[in-house]
Amino acid sequence: MIMLQINNLHATINGKEILKGINLTVRDGEVHAIMGLNGAGKSTLSNVIVGHPAYEVTQGSITFNGKDLLKMAPEERAHEGIFLSFQQPVEIPGVSMVNFMRAALNAKRQYLGQEPMSAGDFLKLMREKRKIVELDSRLTSRSVNEGFSGGEKKRNEIFQMAMLEPTFSILDETDSGLDVDALRIVAEGFNKLRTPKTSAIVITHYQRLLDYLKPDIIHVLIGGMIVKTGGPELALEIENRGFDWIKDEAGL
Amino acid sequence: MVEAAKQYTDFYAQAGKLIAERSYGVMNAPRDEALRTFSTLGFPTKKVERYKYTDVAEDFAPNYGIGLTPLQVKGLPYCHRISEAPIDVAPYYNRLADKQDAVVALNTLLSVDALVIYVPRNTKVQHPIQISNVLKGEQNTMVNRRILIVLEQCAEADIVITDKAMDQQHFLANQVIEVFAGDGSQLNLYELEETHLLCTRYSSIFLQQGRDSKVRHTSFTLFNGHTRNRLDACLQGEGAEVVLNGCVIADKTQHVDNNTLIDHQVGHCQSNELYKYVLDDSAVGAFAGRILVREGAQKTVSNETNANLCATHSARMYTQPMLEIYADDVKCSHGSTVGQINDDALFYMRQRGISEKEARLLLKSAFITEVIESIPFEPLRDRLHVLVDKRLRGELSKCEGCKLCK
Repeated sequence: MIMLQINNLHATINGKEILKGINLTVRDGEVHAIMGLNGAGKSTLSNVIVGHPAYEVTQGSITFNGKDLLKMAPEERAHEGIFLSFQQPVEIPGVSMVNFMRAALNAKRQYLGQEPMSAGDFLKLMREKRKIVELDSRLTSRSVNEGFSGGEKKRNEIFQMAMLEPTFSILDETDSGLDVDALRIVAEGFNKLRTPKTSAIVITHYQRLLDYLKPDIIHVLIGGMIVKTGGPELALEIENRGFDWIKDEAGL
Repeated sequence: MVEAAKQYTDFYAQAGKLIAERSYGVMNAPRDEALRTFSTLGFPTKKVERYKYTDVAEDFAPNYGIGLTPLQVKGLPYCHRISEAPIDVAPYYNRLADKQDAVVALNTLLSVDALVIYVPRNTKVQHPIQISNVLKGEQNTMVNRRILIVLEQCAEADIVITDKAMDQQHFLANQVIEVFAGDGSQLNLYELEETHLLCTRYSSIFLQQGRDSKVRHTSFTLFNGHTRNRLDACLQGEGAEVVLNGCVIADKTQHVDNNTLIDHQVGHCQSNELYKYVLDDSAVGAFAGRILVREGAQKTVSNETNANLCATHSARMYTQPMLEIYADDVKCSHGSTVGQINDDALFYMRQRGISEKEARLLLKSAFITEVIESIPFEPLRDRLHVLVDKRLRGELSKCEGCKLCK
């Protein structure tokens, strides 16, 4: 089954075109990696998929499980099962992790026509999911991301993913700024959450994360377009040879 | 302006005798002087520094019936009508109040009764004293409220004063509170306004602190019409500490003006001030806080912060933190910020599935959490979290939790 279908997607920010005709198909259970130079449009693509209001889609379509994603508000997309692990998770002083997660979880349950979760069940779920990324309880009792280290913030992203159980996740440079142990914990956490029904796009510059996640398909995004697609061996080749040969091949 | 003042002097010309008859002698003594002050000054215009952000004459202009009902104080420990106070109130009544403020003078002129809260030396009041002011009436009404709080040496008390309005009339409440915090005394004074759009509140608090006394005043304007709060704290004894915290939530056409003065008259005192405003729709907020460190008030430590969130482009905030220092060995800071809802935080929350409306609400609530969390009295803190949440959701009923409306 096709989960995410992107056709000829063009998007701009402040009038500047960043995405220039993206085509991408993600099926159930697949993990795709998107690699590419800085400024190629990788983060723009993830922001457009989740509906960031700063970006304007000027052409093309995105369907998610057959539904027109571009017509949905960001929160609806989340309820439909889309999750973004932010490159730079936002600190929200004064909003506790507990209240934040409870609001998010209950909003989704309401969308799905379910009763809100009881406080007891909710705290139990938090405890359970925390273990997946070895997140200290001290952190979940604080304000959202406030005073978290870089690594803790990324772990917190995967923790939230575990809580919300999305069917489609985007990991936007979740490996950046992580030491080797944190990287392993985050990657293993992600793998524990994988099922044959869940898919993901992983944006990264490094092979190390891909060693853990074992993506099925690798895309290279340059200049707002996907210029090359291949199997896992493509990532290794990029690790060894860089991007110049791909640019040459594509005539860029 | 003159017209607005005239209605009150005319009223006093007619009712002065009745007022004097109904009142306790101590309250009558300063009336002549108050009348002179009020007649001479009239209502302060916006040119008067401390009334820069509020049009007083306009607030006092409507034709109000003036309430002259004496208080009924029954069974509240430490609380007395002024005529029944266990101490001689003459050395206290109208001693701290600003004699050059026409709004205060009007209160002195028209008040028929006063509430005295007196806590003798070394007495620790176990339970908080709650004073509920409930405005009700068949017609537009002005009330003048007068409270005298006397804490003797090492006395301790928590006092919660709430303002509510039951009927949909125009109400104007003009209150003056004088607080004497003796040496080593500790006072937590909380004020909570939950009235309605037709209510106007003028509050003037005068606080005098003795050596090593600790006073914390926390003011919450949760729902109102037009509000103008003044507080003057005078630190007269070394080692005194004062905390002035405030929180304002205003939307529609609400107007909230907080004006404070902390007067460090002697050294080794501390003051902390934190006011936070959340303004929506076309609400107008004003904050002017002056810290005065007098000559010789060495080793003063003072922090003043005013942070504001304007959720719309039509909401307006005037902020004026002021620091005047005449001593050379002090540690003082003051600052203010005016900002909008953080778009990054908003989007982050929406990506997690929280609706935009709910996300905005959580962010506004988060912004003022700091003020609520600073309250040492836990039940009140919990209550305020609930009230603030309801207020931001637009669910605050005007008599939330009030016995009279059940």
